Amino acid sequence: MVHTRTARWRRLAVIGVTAAVALSLSACAQSQRGAGGSGNVGGTMVFGVAGAPKNFDPIFNDDGESFRPIRQMYETLVTYKPGTADLAPGLAKSWESTPDGKTWTFHLQQGVKFHDGTPFNAAAVCFNFDRWFNMKGAAAQSQMIYYGDVFEGFAHNEGDTTGQPLYKSCEAKDDGTAVINLNKYKGALPAAFGLTSLSISSPDALKKYDADKVTQSGDSFEYSSYATEHPTGTGPFKFGGFDKANGTITLVRNDDYWGQKAKLDKVIFKIIPDENARKQELRSGTIDGYDYPSPADYKSLKDDGFNVAVRPAFNILYLGINQKNNPALRDLRVRQAIAYALDRDSLVRNKLPEGATVATQFMPKAVAGYADDVQQYPHDVNKAKQLLAEAGASNLTLQFYYPTEVTRPYMPNPQEIATVLAESLKEAGINVQLVPRPWNGGYKDDVQKAGKQDLHLLGWTGDYNDAGNFVGTFFGREKAEFGFNDPSLFAEIAAADGTVDPAQHAAAYQQVSRDLMSRYLPAIPISNSPPAFVVNKKIHGLVPSPLTDERWGPVSKD
Amino acid sequence: MLRFVVRRLLQAVPTLLVLSILLFAWLRSLPGGPATAMLGDKATPAKIAQLNQVLGLDQPIYLQYLRFLRRVLTGDFGNSLVSGDPVVEEIGRAFPATIELSVVALIIAVGLGIPLGYLAARYRGRMLDNVTVVGTLVGVAVPVFFLGYLLKYVFANTLGWFPPSGRQAVDIDATHVTGFFVLDGMMTGEWDAAWDALVHLVLPGLALATIPLAVIVRITRASVLDVVNEDYVRTANAKGLAPGTIRGRHVLRNALLPVSTTIGLQTGLLLAGAVLTEKVFNWGGLGSLLAEGIDRKDYPRLQALILLAAFVYVVVNLLVDISYAIIDPRVRVR
Amino acid sequence: MTSLLNIRRRRVDELAETAEGGTSLTVDALRRMARNPVAIIGAVIVAVFVLLALFAPWIAPEDPYTPFQVLKDQLRADSIPGPQPGFPLGSDEFGRDFLSRLIVGAQQSLVVGVMATLIGLAVGMVIGGLAGALGGWVDTLLMRLTDIMLSVPSLLLAISIAALARHPSQWTVIIAVAMVSVPIFARLLRGSMLAQRASDHVLAATALGVRRRTIVFRHMLPNSVGPVIVQATLTLATSIIDAAALSFLGLGDPDPARAEWGLMLGNAQRYLDVRPELAFYPAVAIIVVALGFTLLGESMREALDPKNRR
Repeated sequence: MVHTRTARWRRLAVIGVTAAVALSLSACAQSQRGAGGSGNVGGTMVFGVAGAPKNFDPIFNDDGESFRPIRQMYETLVTYKPGTADLAPGLAKSWESTPDGKTWTFHLQQGVKFHDGTPFNAAAVCFNFDRWFNMKGAAAQSQMIYYGDVFEGFAHNEGDTTGQPLYKSCEAKDDGTAVINLNKYKGALPAAFGLTSLSISSPDALKKYDADKVTQSGDSFEYSSYATEHPTGTGPFKFGGFDKANGTITLVRNDDYWGQKAKLDKVIFKIIPDENARKQELRSGTIDGYDYPSPADYKSLKDDGFNVAVRPAFNILYLGINQKNNPALRDLRVRQAIAYALDRDSLVRNKLPEGATVATQFMPKAVAGYADDVQQYPHDVNKAKQLLAEAGASNLTLQFYYPTEVTRPYMPNPQEIATVLAESLKEAGINVQLVPRPWNGGYKDDVQKAGKQDLHLLGWTGDYNDAGNFVGTFFGREKAEFGFNDPSLFAEIAAADGTVDPAQHAAAYQQVSRDLMSRYLPAIPISNSPPAFVVNKKIHGLVPSPLTDERWGPVSKD
Repeated sequence: MLRFVVRRLLQAVPTLLVLSILLFAWLRSLPGGPATAMLGDKATPAKIAQLNQVLGLDQPIYLQYLRFLRRVLTGDFGNSLVSGDPVVEEIGRAFPATIELSVVALIIAVGLGIPLGYLAARYRGRMLDNVTVVGTLVGVAVPVFFLGYLLKYVFANTLGWFPPSGRQAVDIDATHVTGFFVLDGMMTGEWDAAWDALVHLVLPGLALATIPLAVIVRITRASVLDVVNEDYVRTANAKGLAPGTIRGRHVLRNALLPVSTTIGLQTGLLLAGAVLTEKVFNWGGLGSLLAEGIDRKDYPRLQALILLAAFVYVVVNLLVDISYAIIDPRVRVR
Repeated sequence: MTSLLNIRRRRVDELAETAEGGTSLTVDALRRMARNPVAIIGAVIVAVFVLLALFAPWIAPEDPYTPFQVLKDQLRADSIPGPQPGFPLGSDEFGRDFLSRLIVGAQQSLVVGVMATLIGLAVGMVIGGLAGALGGWVDTLLMRLTDIMLSVPSLLLAISIAALARHPSQWTVIIAVAMVSVPIFARLLRGSMLAQRASDHVLAATALGVRRRTIVFRHMLPNSVGPVIVQATLTLATSIIDAAALSFLGLGDPDPARAEWGLMLGNAQRYLDVRPELAFYPAVAIIVVALGFTLLGESMREALDPKNRR
């Protein structure tokens, strides 16, 4: 806990447990007025999570386990409306760009303070953007995955980072206006400004705790004390501590929060790696909820009176086709035959959680660029056989790679999904050899780098609402994963991405979707399956987000 | 004596060195690797290649090994890919948890095993004996994890007598001085925390205790039977000593010698069982560390754990040998 | 030599010494076993299991590998159809007949157990046979190696091997489990050969000028059969349990089509709430079979033990 400008008696009191209790008691009294709306004020919510966060500096993280606590402590310029992937004001009240999409002006909220008491203003925004852009050291740069995705390069690229930076400069026009200048437009903007990695940190704390220092130790990295002990943002919760022996991350209410103050005194994220153990802890009442219950447990959890909150599906599972190894797969008719052979309805009904749907194209429905009139491939064994015969590929043998030792929101049970899909391919007379590979033990290497497979399972969870984040990621360039090189497709996607006007942007991507499903079919979209979380009946106000971007601010506990 | 110890230590060095080389080469040859594990879902092959370069994983393997060896000699086993913490720190945190659990399991196994084994021997061939003997065989045949689930299902989920998993309730705000939660609670006077930790120990302790319990019962029974047939017991009987005196002074005391060696031997078994038990009970010890390391292909962690296990084994062996050498000077000469 | 090994070594060594007596004593031992109820229970369990395994394809009422439409119609991610006409134990997680899979599972579990034991036996025999037959520095080196392997807790050894496997499959499980028993068989065979080296019939053969190879293959190896069978029976039990433990840790065979008890138990972890039977039946099957082999093996050991020859 950092209070550089709090009263002196408080600073003295921050010793040991008694002090913490005293603090939260006084916090209670204050927040009675601050927190409006319904629901009780006070209390502690314990939420079970599957893994430990890497650290708490937003820019050096790219995984959900780290983002969950970070999102409660930090805020971004742009954010998403609760329960949707639509943009909403965050630390910026409003924003606009020039028609060429190269200059973005943000009008900031007033009266916002960081957790260390320093003010949030345009200078702080620019400090953060400049910090990212000027980050030194190959180690640090290699860990800025989302920055790299959006801004492509650094002031000085180190290591093998070769991209030309998108970012040019940032000016603080006045306290409340920050202007960001870019070298070119990118379709991901402005949605990408809401990425959790691009949260705004306190410049004072960044400097004080030497946040940029990332040192390599053997095969891994060590982060500064900013990232491990003193994360300082503007969010409704402050960092309380990370007890590694007990596997708990504690967040405490920020009583000086500028917006609607948090209702809970404390949120504790408890790390419970085993899925069954999480479930049992919930049943025995030692935790109030947990993330990613297995779809197998939805029914029994509901029967026991728990709330299974299903998030809107914002992901896609696809059956990848690699055209390199087997020439037959270069024939569109063969790929279409595979699509007709798959009984995706059965798969979704039998093996995927409620709310899952068969995917007709490579993005979920909520994304601008989704087209209603793409070519459909209903389950039709005869048609599949007929197409195979036409293409002279009736005796087709395919290596079907699937990952083990993993669950992902888009594929809760890859082994079972692969088994079911292989079954329906066999019905159409295609010989399938199932090849399992451990997810962290070479699956992605084999599939994405070496391209050893003919067919494989993979998917994607959207980072923000932009079609390019889906189809651009998959098919925007030549990849070993799909083993084809089609400049006309790459150009079509690049053109769509560079279209600034929102309506035209969407229309261009709709055409990409149509072409992908009729002319190219480089893979077969399988399903969109919603991940869920579960809470007990005492918890209110935790709104499921398609981006798994849940906020604990409005949450209350009876 | 000192020479004996030094010689034995020196003998262990080449073993550990060869093991470390084999392990290193093998782990490096596996697909996947640190960069893939570290970057997660959104990594492209290009980003993985870049990270490999930063980490020096594109250098020749012998150079990598030498770097690794140099760091290991300074006590640095690298950082876990899962948590990002130094592996040594992780192991240090998990160690007390496993020891605490193992000690409880051992107490249960010894406390139940010796009386049961003794009674079985005393009533040899009768109902109690037969039930005990078959019971020990069943105890070995039941997979530890299955027993764990069963205990959890009955005593935690259905009856609610014990917590289902974890080391301490989350809402207890205990200070952890040593990492042994029960001890911590007693030292700081947080009695509720100590009690809570103790209650959490019961079910995993029972599950982990079954196999050592079965072994101890069997050895005690066999060794009591052996001793009963020894000459000095017969002599004592012939002399007309009171049966109670014979049992206490002659039979039990002499029978317990081999039993105590067995108890020492159980440490290895306990470690193996801990992997399964800790996974079932979400116990944050070495076993969970290993299981998670396997799951996530956390190579630095696996490497350190396997080497640590080998090292501990060498040291424990050495300690036992030293104690034997003290008891029996003949060993020193060999 | 390290003292911690002593107990595990002594158990093996005592068994090895029973090889001394030759075939007539084995017959004698069988007669003693037939009077022991524990041995009979063990033998019955093992016999039923082996018969079930051998004739599984004919006993299984349905095709264990193909999903049934009736069951698939009721199958959901969070509910698996239970017992119903035609399917006495209901469905597995893919809409296949669970009873048939359990029955065929006997076959696959036997395959894993037997293969692991055979591989362990074969490798152990080569090592132990070489050490016993050649003696000298070969013996010292090989026995040092087995001591090291013997001193590592068996399950940890299997876990390490399986965790480091490049491409997990049924074979990695079998090999991981087999490696655990290698040192035991090696020591056993060497011990029994050493015990016989001093025995009368070997001394007689040597005196008659019979070649060493002939002595080893015609006299020493056949006489070691008794203790080897005992140890193999006990190893079968531990192999089946260890294989199940590997499956539980996610190190098992990744092919979901295969019906094997350890694998079924491992895969059923996700459905403990939905249909605990999916885990319960294979687990009970494993326990009963492991118990059967253990009872049989232990009573054979007791019967062969010279202390019990009266």
